[in-house]
This record gives sequence, C-alpha cells and structure tokens, in this order.
Amino acid sequence: MGAATKTVQLLQGNAACARAALAAGCRFYAGYPISPSSEIAEVMARLLPPAGGKFIQMEDEIASLGAVIGASLAGVKGMTATSGPGFSLMQEHIGYACYAEVPCVIVNVMRGGPSTGLPTLPAQGDVMQARWGTHGDHPAIALCPSTPAEVYELTVLAFNLSERLRTPVILLMDEVVAHMYEKVDMRRLANLPVENRARPTCEPGKHAAFTPGADGVPVMAPFGDGYRYHVTGLAHDDRGYPTQDPKLVAATNRRLQEKTVRNREGLMRYELLDTEDAEVIVFAYGIVAAAARRAVREARKQGIRAGLFRPITLWPFPGEELAAACAGASRVIVAEMNLGQMSGEVQRVIGRSKDVESCLKADGEAISPEEILLAIEGKEVRHV
Amino acid sequence: MFDFREYLRMEMFPHMLCPGCGHGIVLGALLRAIHSLKLTKDEIVVVSGIGCSSRLAGYVDFNTLHTTHGRPLAFATGIKLARPELTVIVITGDGDGLSIGGNHLIHAARRNVGLTCLLLNNQIYGMTGGQFAPTTQIGRVSTTSPKGQYETPFDSCKLAEAAGASFVARGITYEPSALEKLIVAAIENKGFSFLEVASDCPEFFGRFNKLGNPADQILMQKQNVVDVEAAAALPAERLRGKMLTGILHHEPRPEYGAVYAESVA
Ligand code: SF4
Repeated sequence: MGAATKTVQLLQGNAACARAALAAGCRFYAGYPISPSSEIAEVMARLLPPAGGKFIQMEDEIASLGAVIGASLAGVKGMTATSGPGFSLMQEHIGYACYAEVPCVIVNVMRGGPSTGLPTLPAQGDVMQARWGTHGDHPAIALCPSTPAEVYELTVLAFNLSERLRTPVILLMDEVVAHMYEKVDMRRLANLPVENRARPTCEPGKHAAFTPGADGVPVMAPFGDGYRYHVTGLAHDDRGYPTQDPKLVAATNRRLQEKTVRNREGLMRYELLDTEDAEVIVFAYGIVAAAARRAVREARKQGIRAGLFRPITLWPFPGEELAAACAGASRVIVAEMNLGQMSGEVQRVIGRSKDVESCLKADGEAISPEEILLAIEGKEVRHV
Repeated sequence: MFDFREYLRMEMFPHMLCPGCGHGIVLGALLRAIHSLKLTKDEIVVVSGIGCSSRLAGYVDFNTLHTTHGRPLAFATGIKLARPELTVIVITGDGDGLSIGGNHLIHAARRNVGLTCLLLNNQIYGMTGGQFAPTTQIGRVSTTSPKGQYETPFDSCKLAEAAGASFVARGITYEPSALEKLIVAAIENKGFSFLEVASDCPEFFGRFNKLGNPADQILMQKQNVVDVEAAAALPAERLRGKMLTGILHHEPRPEYGAVYAESVA
C-alpha cells in the first residue's frame, strides 16, 4: 500500500510540493542540490520514473531552469526547485521564460541571505527578487503557502496558472513551511482540477506562434508536432522573429504585463481573518501568518479589534483587496522575516493617510506570536 | 535534388551576417547533411545560444530555439529528454560554448546526451565588437587584447573528448563537402557528438589581424590544419602548430536516455 492511497497523510512541505507537482502533470524535473530545498529533488527522483517522467540533476541552477524550459517547449510540464543563491542564478532564465512565454514552475525555498547567508534557517528575503529579480519589465506570479497542505494546493495552482497563462510561476516557501510536517487530508487535495495548455487545432503552417488569443495568451505548439516556429529571447513579432519595431515591442511588453492582470480570476488569492471590524490589521504571509493568526486571536481576547490579511498570491500584489480590507482600520502592521520588503508595497497601497508599522526580523529566527502581539499592543513598533 | 530554399525561412532574409562571414558556409553544409540524411523538417530542433553563429537558428525552417548566452546545451538536454525521437542540433560559438557555456559542454559530453553540437570557432566575439575568446590564438589582436592575446587557448576537441563525448571531429569552412560528411557522421552517432568548425570573422578578427580578404582567411584555415589520417604518416615537425581535422574520436557508448531508462527501471 503506497502512501498515495491513504486519505490522511503526514506530509512535509517539500514532499507535498513534489507530490503535488506529479499530480498536476509534471513529468520533468531538473535541479541542482541546495538546502533547504533538496527533498523536493529527492522525492522527484523517486517518483518521476515510475510515472513515465524524467528527472535530471544538472550541473547548476542555470542549466536546471534551461532544461525545464526546453522540456516544456517539447510539450512536457516541468519544474525546478532551489533556494536563495540558486534562485539568483535562475533569474536570467526566468526572464527568458516570461518573454518566450514558456510555462514552468520554479520553487524557491527561502533561506537567510544575502549571499550564502544562513543555509538552513528561514527567511522571507526573496519576495522582491521574485518580483523584480530578472532584468527588464516582465510579468511575475508568486504564490506563498503557509502550511504543507497549502504547499500541495498551491503547487497544483502554480502549474495551472503557468499552463493557462504561458508564464513561469514561482512558489515561494520559507524554510519552516518546507520542513514542517502536518497531517493532511488528501481527499480534497487529490481531486484538485488540473489544467493543460491549449494546443493549436489549425493546420501546421496556419498557426501564428505568438498571436495572442482573447485572453492575451498565444496558443502553444510543442516542438516536434509539425508546427515549426522560432522561439527567442530577443524582442520578437507574432511569428517569433526578432524585431526592433517600437510598436511591436511595446505591444508585446504590455501584453505580457497585462496577461496576469487581465486574468485575475483564480489568481488573486488571499485570506481574511476578523478584518471586518478590525482597527488593527496585520499583514503577514508564509509561516509568519501562522504566528500572526495566534497573535490576532490573543489580541481579540484582550479586547483589541485585530484582524489578519494574509496574501497567498504575493505577485501580482493583491492591492485592491488589501486596500478594501484596510479601509476601516486605523493601524496596519506588516510582519515579515526581512527588513521590510513588503512594507513598502503595503504603504503604497494603503496611501499616506496612515503609516505602516512593522514587525520585522532578519536573523534566521521565525517571528513569534508574542512579538506580533506586542506590535498589535503598540508596545514594540518599528516604523519602516 | 537539394534546394536550400526548402530549408530556409526566406521571409527572414536578408540575413544579418557580414559579407564574407564563414558561418553561412557551415549552415550550407548543415542543410546538405540534413538533406542527405533524409530527416524531415518536423523532427529537427535547432538550439542556439547568443552570438553571430547562434543567429543561424532563426533562418532555418525547423523547430528553432534561440536561447540565452552559453546555455543552449542545457535547453537542448531538456528537449532531448522530453522528446527523445527528435534530432536535436545545437549551434554555438567559441565564446558561447567554451567560455560562458563551458560547464554545460563538459557535462553534456559526460552524460553522452544524444545531441549534435556544432561549435563555430572564429576565435573572436563578433556580436559584441571583437573581443578575444577562449580559442583566440596567442598573439592575435582583439579589442581586449590590443597588443596580442596572452592567454592560452582551449583545444575544444580535446576538452570534449576528455569530458566524455562519444564523437569528436573538426572541420573547416575551406572544405564544405568534407564538413557536410562530418556533420552526417556526427548526427548519426547516437550519443553526444561534438564538432568544432573553424570559421572566419573578416569583420573583426580578419581586419584586426590584417589577414586579407575573406577568401585569404578561408585559405589560411587550410594551411593551419592537417587531416587526422594523413597526420599519422607525418613526422612530428610537420605537425607542429597544426590543428587536426576529421573524426578525431569515435567511441560509441549508450546514449543518456537509454542509460537513464535502464537505471531507473
Ligand atoms: S562580426 Fe564576424 S562573426 Fe559576426 S557576422 Fe560579422 S563576420 Fe561573421
């Protein structure tokens, strides 16, 4: 009896990610060992071959994402997983996948940085890199789970969004979530819908490789199926041929940015806890949101009307949703394991009428519920 | 009958190569080799990196992928694993394949992935204006070695062989029909095939080093090489400073995909 058949399973975050990838149809994994993401590669190395998939340990992270993009162009869903330093190395290929519109999933288990930093300790210091790590204007989708069950769910969603929108999707985990074990009820998770990229139905020769459909997404033909076309990281026209025509370049760059904004349905995920009447709203994501949840409950017990806004989709930033949730609040606290990367974004959204308060930590330790509670009580507040 | 127009995207012309550039000769030999192997256009994938030689991918009517600088072998590895039935040909240059992409070259060779890698060696970075490359011979002038190159160049064929490539060859644009035959043999080898082709860059390398017109530069290639079979009968002093051409190494061994399938079964 394999573990896959049990309804309730003890799942680690990283293992949940690998299993969900398989369930989402991933049949290609290329990666390079790095803590704290290595279990994902290890599980994929075991599970992919019996499923008819391919696993390859590449020579570095740059090659890993290159191989994933190649496999995806050949029609096979692919994924890679890494951590901070490897994520930095992958940035050029993330931009390539954005521009050439190649679906793929990149998992980044965040560890303490910068540089080699704290290889086995948690952080949330890569949230801005997930948005702006690659050069040039480009779309970005990043999802951030806060439990192993959610890792599973969001990994499937990452593949679905990537297939639907023909763009790389980043799953941002912090080390705590990646290594956390949780009892997970598989009944709902096992039946999550799986989406596959649209394929051309017209005759080869009639297919315009990069002409967008009504949703702004071109239909993708896999290499080898008779639809011969060109793919490049250069600015290109609808046939995929290089161009420097300002009109064409502008149209494509805009279309790519808008692809994510125009298709918000199912993309903008967030969770609200007690925000309706809240005077203090805590903004927290990943493992910090778990601490924030406890702090908010504790504050309520003390009679403080606190609430939690937990973005699940970090990029595109759920600005409208956050602004609506914070409209009635007098205070907004951002709790995150970095020196305020999302605080600026939150401030931009809620406007200058109130100052964002911060509860920040970038020392390799997770933020505790007590620390967030102190911030809610106004006892220990660091402004951005 | 071979008609090159059948294999080219004529709507992409005029092309961007300089007059006299050797890369077009390599492309002609590649298309003739593909024609003689009777491969269909649908089953061929051409993957390239960044540089003048890598722009060739855009002109051919196959599945074509113009990737990032130095990384075409990584993308090609993913394609080959995903669709093993496809014939995957990588076009790279000396800078692309040996400098920024050197790590991928040795690992693709080590794994013996079923790819054919054509490395067009003109000893210079043409696209960026004529800087020295990892194959630039000692003394050659470039914009970044204005008094002559002082770093020792790679012998890419020896490198590929040592790394594990099951087929290694060298050709020159002076001999396009011999080159065509080498490409055929390279594609026919089931594992990783590495083929270095001496090409010329009259725009920078030729001009900076006062090597005459493009025809002179192609002729010079001939003077700098000895065929590997002829070399066996020649005394050592006749081989000094010469590069060997022809099939330098061919030791078939199971291709990566086959090894993988067996080992994970
Ligand atoms: S710069 Fe040199 S290599 Fe590039 S196209 Fe011109 S002649 Fe050829």
